[in-house]
Amino acid sequence: MATVEFLGPINREPMDVDIANLSELKEIFEGDTELEKWLENSAIAVNDALVSHLNIPLLSRDKISLLPPVCGG
Amino acid sequence: MLELYDGPLPIEAITNRWYSSQHNKNYGAFITFIGTVRDESGIEGLSFDIYEPIITSWFDTWQEKAATKNAIVVMAHSIGDVPLHHSSYIAGVFSPKRRVALELIDSFVEDFKASAPIWKYDLINGERVYAEDRSTALPNSGLLGK
Repeated sequence: MATVEFLGPINREPMDVDIANLSELKEIFEGDTELEKWLENSAIAVNDALVSHLNIPLLSRDKISLLPPVCGG
Repeated sequence: MLELYDGPLPIEAITNRWYSSQHNKNYGAFITFIGTVRDESGIEGLSFDIYEPIITSWFDTWQEKAATKNAIVVMAHSIGDVPLHHSSYIAGVFSPKRRVALELIDSFVEDFKASAPIWKYDLINGERVYAEDRSTALPNSGLLGK
């Protein structure tokens, strides 16, 4: 099981997912209208490293994070 | 040196401590940038979430970059609520000579705004309202979108 965490303003509890790569996560989220807007503007990190494509194999206990637009300072 | 604080930053204590820790290390220049919450648009203050694992690696990368110029970067940021006229952010650069510090503080603060995993909220009637219109999407955002 990999874990998905939703950071900052997304405001949703983490969830466990049984998936082999990030493309499968996209399928899991299909039809989730509440999340749709965040999927459009969030970056994705796997084990705290930002990724640039979805073709990333996932292992059990991997951590996937969704990072919406940022503004520090 | 990356420091995260609950609530407003004790700016005087931080700058004094940084100065005291480095002034005898032969850095000729020390430049700071301090961000203070302004009274505008009827807000009561700002509030922040920070994702620590990624801000730590982001900061470490900057420290390595600064080291190639014989400089060091320092930074502190607030987590949670910061009232008006208090400070939520301070960044600093120590370098042997002024040009490096002046240029580095500029690129460091600008990259901070675009890349550091921090989420800002306006405090309005005691509620946190995500500052979406002032926020910047990180590189490669939207991979899970349609």
